[in-house]
Amino acid sequence: MPERFTTLASSTFVLPQANIDTDQIIPARFLTTTSQKGLGAAAFYDWRYDAQGDLLPDAPLNTVDTTEHRVLVAGDNFACGSSREHAPWALLDFGFRAVISTSIADIFASNALKNGLLPISVDPETHARLLAEPGGRVIIDLERSELSIGNEPPISFKTEPFARRCLLDGVDTLGWLLERLPAIEDFESRPA
Amino acid sequence: MSSPPNQPRTLFDKIWDAHVVQAETKETPAVLYVDLHLVHEVTSPQAFTALDERGLRVRRPDRTYATIDHSTPTLPADADGARPYATPAAAAQVETLRQNCAKHGIQLADWDSADRGIVHVIGPELGLTHPGTVIVCGDSHTATHGAFGALAFGIGTSEVGHVLATQCLLQRKPQRMRVTVNGRLRPGVLAKDLTLAVIARIGFGGGSGFVIEYAGECIRNLDMEGRMTLCNMSIEAGARAGMVAPDETTFAFLRGRRHAPQGEAFEAAVAKWRELRTDDGAVFDSEIEIDAAEITPMATFGTTPDASVPVGSLVPAPRSDSESKALEYMRFEPGVANTHHDVNVVFIGSCTNGRISDLRDAAAILRGRFVKDGVRMLVVPGSEAVRRQAEAEGLDRVFIEAGAEWRLPGCSMCIAMNGDFVGPGQLAVSTSNRNFEGRQGKGARTILASPATAAASAIAGVLADPRTFAREAEHA
Ligand code: SF4
Repeated sequence: MPERFTTLASSTFVLPQANIDTDQIIPARFLTTTSQKGLGAAAFYDWRYDAQGDLLPDAPLNTVDTTEHRVLVAGDNFACGSSREHAPWALLDFGFRAVISTSIADIFASNALKNGLLPISVDPETHARLLAEPGGRVIIDLERSELSIGNEPPISFKTEPFARRCLLDGVDTLGWLLERLPAIEDFESRPA
Repeated sequence: MSSPPNQPRTLFDKIWDAHVVQAETKETPAVLYVDLHLVHEVTSPQAFTALDERGLRVRRPDRTYATIDHSTPTLPADADGARPYATPAAAAQVETLRQNCAKHGIQLADWDSADRGIVHVIGPELGLTHPGTVIVCGDSHTATHGAFGALAFGIGTSEVGHVLATQCLLQRKPQRMRVTVNGRLRPGVLAKDLTLAVIARIGFGGGSGFVIEYAGECIRNLDMEGRMTLCNMSIEAGARAGMVAPDETTFAFLRGRRHAPQGEAFEAAVAKWRELRTDDGAVFDSEIEIDAAEITPMATFGTTPDASVPVGSLVPAPRSDSESKALEYMRFEPGVANTHHDVNVVFIGSCTNGRISDLRDAAAILRGRFVKDGVRMLVVPGSEAVRRQAEAEGLDRVFIEAGAEWRLPGCSMCIAMNGDFVGPGQLAVSTSNRNFEGRQGKGARTILASPATAAASAIAGVLADPRTFAREAEHA
């Protein structure tokens, strides 16, 4: 079950590249795991380590303190590609709790919400402002569906209502679905 | 929302409406019934763990089918029967799926099965893929099955758990897009070229939030394998799914397949499947038209699948920072022909182009010719059935005699997690579906193209137009 998400005040960490795909977020060779734990070590691996597997000390992702920077601001069209849930698992384990871009791939966003990583799509101007100010302070208030940048008036954002409820109230999605079993059995017994 | 029954509906609406267990509201998504759940070793272990933690059983093992494909080596076992797994973790992952399937009574196409192969290749092959059904898999290329007029899409591991436990998913209804391809493909132009042209047109992410229906004269004339190639890459335009209305071509493909209805039941099914088409006057949220006759062999030049141009044309000037970065990664220069650079690796395979017709297309170009010195060519059939058929036709000999490696079925270099990979900095021409940075191995540079173009490039040592190699003999 995901950790609940209500409000988050944090500095941003900016990766301005557009089209960061799921193979960048977690390269496929780390997908041979049977657990969902510890994948932060593989997050953005090829951006953080050289071909010999040595840590690149200057890579921004190696200098970020994710206890301070829990909001990832990424370039346009984030997390396209694979349906691997390992991508949000890796980002969460790395320390992020929210990701902001102009557009976020469907399957990734759906996977992220199920794990307590909040995907937020913003308009291009807001995005440009966030990109221009790495490390800036933001407050995310999921109850109000508002994002505040610095001292400016908050901007509202949209989250799929059911996923939002699940995050706010800690609803267990599978449990909710299991409660629908009578309706499912009924559906199955209908003539095809 | 389901559409009012008397209004014209799209093919997608009809399938969606028929699978709604509980309708969507503002507060909650629809509960959507799943007819077929395909499972593989990579995206399932954590879902089975979630079931175990709650003491749940797989609810409908009869609607679940598993295979091993991603982490599996494509080289044979040694004399003691040991498989050359890339890592102990890969072996453990396969073993985990084996245990989970045994425990829950799920059919598994294991190493010793004549049915084993890439999940999206074997579904249609075994006749598991039926028109009008909802098919899901923890894999974004599940849209392949849409070629049969099914609603098929990829899901995450949490959702794999949902389907295992309830046979249902929580889903918001996507929007509808129609891509109409008019006219006919020119000789020597393959479904993969059409696919790359379609993605270039929609743009990477341009299909986000949509289910695409492919329609028009060109699509009707595609065989099932071509339709699968096209639907397979719908996700590369960002779409949830892609589909083609079933027709005689579909029914002929399915007739007699093991898991298809048999005898009278098949005829009854066909009668129902004929109704699976978009009604006249049904409205799409987005419409795109493409002229098939304008398409020539295509190849990507960037690091997103939409960045493609015809083989033999110039690499276009970048329009953004990310496009500049992509060219830098690819070491391509704008204004230089895309046929200019030495190719190191050629990969033929994957769920996009690892079927028998793909191998025939590649072999037709390679027959009696040789892979250029210094080029490594890997041919990986999509399934055991494809491998058997290819070997029966002697295609394996064509590849081996030309200097290529002939491997066991699996995903292989498409995702490079089984030990088959393109080396750092090497340039590959691949028939797979993603040219992302590092997709085929760290630092690997990938050009996506058709099997014919890949074979032609193996001979030439640079990206090459297969039509220059098509010999008169083949048309006689
Ligand atoms: S062949 Fe490639 S795209 Fe297809 S299922 Fe395997 S890894 Fe995924």
